[in-house]
Amino acid sequence: MTSSIGNVASLAARGAGSVVRHVRAVVNPSAAHPAAAGHSASGWLVVTVFVEPSELDAAKLPAPLAEFGDRIEVRIQAAPGGKGTELAARLRDRPRPGGALSRLSGQDPEAGLRSALRRAKQLIEVGEVLAVDPVPHGERTATPGGAFLEGWTKAAPKGGVR
Amino acid sequence: MKAVTWRGVNEIGVEEVAEPTIINDHDIILEVGLSAACGSDLHLMGGYIPAMRAGDVLGHEFMGRVAEVGRGVTKHQVGDRVVVVSFTSCGQCWYCRQGLWSLCDNGNPNPGITEALWGQSIGGCYGYSHALGGWAGSHAPFIRVPYADQGAFAIPDGVSDERALFASDAAPTGWTGAHQAEVRPGDVVAVWGAGGVGQMAARAAMLMGAERVVVIDRFDNRLQQVRTHIGADTLHYEKAEVPAELREMTGGRGPDVCIEAVGMEAHSPGPQYLYDQVKQQMRLQTDRPTAVREAIYACRKGGTVFTLGVFAGLVDKFPLGAVMNKALTLRGAQQHGHRYIPEILERMSRDEIRTEHLATHVMPLSDGPKGYQMFKNKEDGCVRAVFRPSM
Repeated sequence: MTSSIGNVASLAARGAGSVVRHVRAVVNPSAAHPAAAGHSASGWLVVTVFVEPSELDAAKLPAPLAEFGDRIEVRIQAAPGGKGTELAARLRDRPRPGGALSRLSGQDPEAGLRSALRRAKQLIEVGEVLAVDPVPHGERTATPGGAFLEGWTKAAPKGGVR
Repeated sequence: MKAVTWRGVNEIGVEEVAEPTIINDHDIILEVGLSAACGSDLHLMGGYIPAMRAGDVLGHEFMGRVAEVGRGVTKHQVGDRVVVVSFTSCGQCWYCRQGLWSLCDNGNPNPGITEALWGQSIGGCYGYSHALGGWAGSHAPFIRVPYADQGAFAIPDGVSDERALFASDAAPTGWTGAHQAEVRPGDVVAVWGAGGVGQMAARAAMLMGAERVVVIDRFDNRLQQVRTHIGADTLHYEKAEVPAELREMTGGRGPDVCIEAVGMEAHSPGPQYLYDQVKQQMRLQTDRPTAVREAIYACRKGGTVFTLGVFAGLVDKFPLGAVMNKALTLRGAQQHGHRYIPEILERMSRDEIRTEHLATHVMPLSDGPKGYQMFKNKEDGCVRAVFRPSM
């Protein structure tokens, strides 16, 4: 009985989710793809930068974003509560968002843009992009765990932006 | 140069590593004077935070002298004696500007790992795994310090190296707990854990005006340190029923503020400990929250519980019902040391904070494996193993 109710509820929830996605796509025609895990339907990736909106100019973006040229759209707006300025970017020719695994491995189509946004934020706020390597370390023994962590560490700088 | 490194689960080594160099303009290179093993290192040592690679240099609590400065550094010069906060924080993002320094947006070059674990990344920490940036640690003759104008603090002349060392992590972590838990004059405060951080949380609570502070542990030498050097009361949890004793001490109310300074490898005398151990070893939970559970049950209605010990992931049998129905405030944080260290150093210079007693075992870097073994097993009354690279 419980299982049956659960199935019905699950179907209803999935149906409702589908309707919400559809409505969202109609309300916001820029939402070309349904939302993927951890990914907004509109495709905007955003960082909040702790400067006044007047200090950012979409025509004079920091180098990591400027390098994208016409391939990205940029939106700049004040963050509420004096939290600075929301700097958003999305790819004009938006590919279907990658899944959670491709995102974790830094292989998803937006990985480069996320990295660029994060580096742009650092350039605006601090004036430089923080680098950790080359870091002093001892002998790296070859283990499956070490290889996994090395791969994740290479992908990790492309995180930190949603 | 020789450095103390993580080699694998419960395996600490001493090996040759390259000397650090200035990479960013805001870096300094510090010649390490003293570097302490911290209780949170034991989570790395035991493999409970599985983001270490063989060869990673350990250590995040340290002081020393400036050996080299980057061209963007304005506050420090070669030869300055400084203590460095454990977290790498930029000082410019919204979080840093709010005083929430450990939440820095920019201080962790590997944000994707903690973002996947916790939803968002936090700042970085020296020698504390690739999840917190992959920074080399301080158990070495030299260490690179990024954002040095923000994270390195000049040590007043009257404060010894041995005292200033603990202004890097133990003291500001304790301050973070007491201050963020909003300890007020007249409060009764209970602190679980009589290690360096627990002792400093107790001292902070006393200096913030707490009427009574009680520290809970099972090691006699640590409880003795609390009574002698901190001036707080103590409870030995293997000899006393802690919640009952706390109720009696507080007229049946329970402590106003409960600070948990134990972390993910908590111990307890009852069957619950065995249950948590089995679940943790089977990876059905990542952390053992024994002390947090007790703090939640013991706390007075409407009080505050602060998790100051390090937790990494998921816990089981968490008494959320008590949190909700008792209207508790539950908070936690890594240390926001940048905002507290100037005050701490000033109080150290006035002898209001004494920390030398924590450094029970001072040794050369070559004794790194022995020091961590002693620290882990609490051998010879070891409260902190401290490494002096010049020895």
